[in-house]
Amino acid sequence: MSAAEPRFDTPSAGLDVAAIRRDFPVLEQTINGRPLVYLDNAASSQRPRQVIEAISSYYERDHANVHRGVHTLSQRATDAFEGARDVVRRFVNARATQEIVFVRGTTEAINLVAQSFVRPKVGPGDELLISGLEHHANIVPWKLVSEQTGATLKVIPIDERGEVDFQAFERMIGPRTRILALAHVSNALGTVVPVERFIAVARRHGVPVLLDGAQGVAHDAVDVQALDCDFYCFSGHKMLGPTGIGVLYGRRELLEDMPPWQGGGDMILAVTFEQITYNQLPWKFEAGTPPIAGAIGLAAAIHYLEAIGMKRIAAYEAELLEYATRRLLTVPGLRIVGTAERKAAVISFVLEGVHPHDIGTILDTEGVAIRTGHHCAMPVMDFFRVPATARASMSFYNTFEEIDALVAALERARSILT
Amino acid sequence: MDLKDLYRDVIVDHNRRPRNFGRLDPADAQAEGFNPLCGDRLTLFVNLDGDRIREATFEGSGCAISVASASLLTEAVKGRTRAEVKALFDDVHALLTRHDAVADPATLGKLAALSGVREFPARVKCASLCWHTLNAALERRAEPVTTE
Repeated sequence: MSAAEPRFDTPSAGLDVAAIRRDFPVLEQTINGRPLVYLDNAASSQRPRQVIEAISSYYERDHANVHRGVHTLSQRATDAFEGARDVVRRFVNARATQEIVFVRGTTEAINLVAQSFVRPKVGPGDELLISGLEHHANIVPWKLVSEQTGATLKVIPIDERGEVDFQAFERMIGPRTRILALAHVSNALGTVVPVERFIAVARRHGVPVLLDGAQGVAHDAVDVQALDCDFYCFSGHKMLGPTGIGVLYGRRELLEDMPPWQGGGDMILAVTFEQITYNQLPWKFEAGTPPIAGAIGLAAAIHYLEAIGMKRIAAYEAELLEYATRRLLTVPGLRIVGTAERKAAVISFVLEGVHPHDIGTILDTEGVAIRTGHHCAMPVMDFFRVPATARASMSFYNTFEEIDALVAALERARSILT
Repeated sequence: MDLKDLYRDVIVDHNRRPRNFGRLDPADAQAEGFNPLCGDRLTLFVNLDGDRIREATFEGSGCAISVASASLLTEAVKGRTRAEVKALFDDVHALLTRHDAVADPATLGKLAALSGVREFPARVKCASLCWHTLNAALERRAEPVTTE
């Protein structure tokens, strides 16, 4: 590796990255004979030992179904599950645990809001407003509501840097807008959307706002009260937690008025064949046995993140982003797609003469894991007129040396195919 | 896994300089193929003399494996009858998916260069997309082919 580039000898964020890495068993392996360089964190992060142990300890000692039994294990499981809800509440600074609904992930959270909050109140002439930056999970649920009700789906354009066009948004929002659903951070490009500005305008129009926080929540502190959003959706697995667990934060008054989405056990207080009394919040939206171990694992992940500190994580990841951006631009023929002013540590790029799919294969033989393809954001790819990109997405356990390994592997890809 | 098995010289060459790249207008048959996973998209054009392929061309964009495979296909099928193309497809399919398949240059010609693809299961669809698309063109199916 050339030593020409200036390096950060001591990361100013002051993280002990070597110690952090020892908490992640999965990172201690080789792939195709090379140390694993995991740069696919926007797709899914890895788990620290503390999360894995919280889950196995729960299964080894405390597992039973929740909210049901009078026996000791059921009580322990219930306490751990509901305790996890309070950990999540504090983490995003919600007012009450009633506002924290456990779901399978961001996708389910958005579908829940689309079907239970929006669908019953819209019809032909009403408008659903999203942006051109969205993940399919924040497009398709609204397209379904549009098809079910006749409401119109409107899309705020993005610009060449991958920013959502604020002026266009101000023109598009209006008296018929029934929801504004925006990504907090773009998964495909890394754009941090200045959602506060959008929310302020939406407030003036009385339009409720949902934020897709799948990429936002793991990389900086999120305060739902400060953001003043109505719904905030995120997934456990992108923030060191388990798969199959996610969170819908919803403003209490809105959740109270919403009909249940799925029916089953746990979401009811009393059932006869004539009449059903629904449970209170948040259980009204949690039909069936919930992902108990998932919630416990998520709480352990939050404890882990908080012990390091979200602000320090954000600061270190900003350094990684800056370094990686600078190093990648030294690769001849490499073009970064998405150059917003504020970005998370996600870099989408294309390399002249080398298709992203080939980049992915060649990097894998060097132990470097990145994502290639359309990143579940086909409209973003269409906008930039590329069929696919390669995407390196970083987390606070990544190192500057790993960025060097990425760059070296890209040079190899060029030498093979161009 | 050795990258040299995947990106053989023939593959790299056909990716850099695809043969028979472009449209046939008019074409006796054409079909579109799409690999939604990676965004590979190609259109195959065929002109026939009765039962025999007189000319085959393609256009589109994709990874090195899909472009090279399509380029090799257009060379390989020229002058063959439908039945011969079918037999060739069977041989190529076996080559891409079966570890015991032998890359016989006598029957496969340059297509034998695709034998390394089977070591990279995620890439098999890249190589087979053009063949499925050719089938669709010969059967004159209207629906675009997808690998999913």
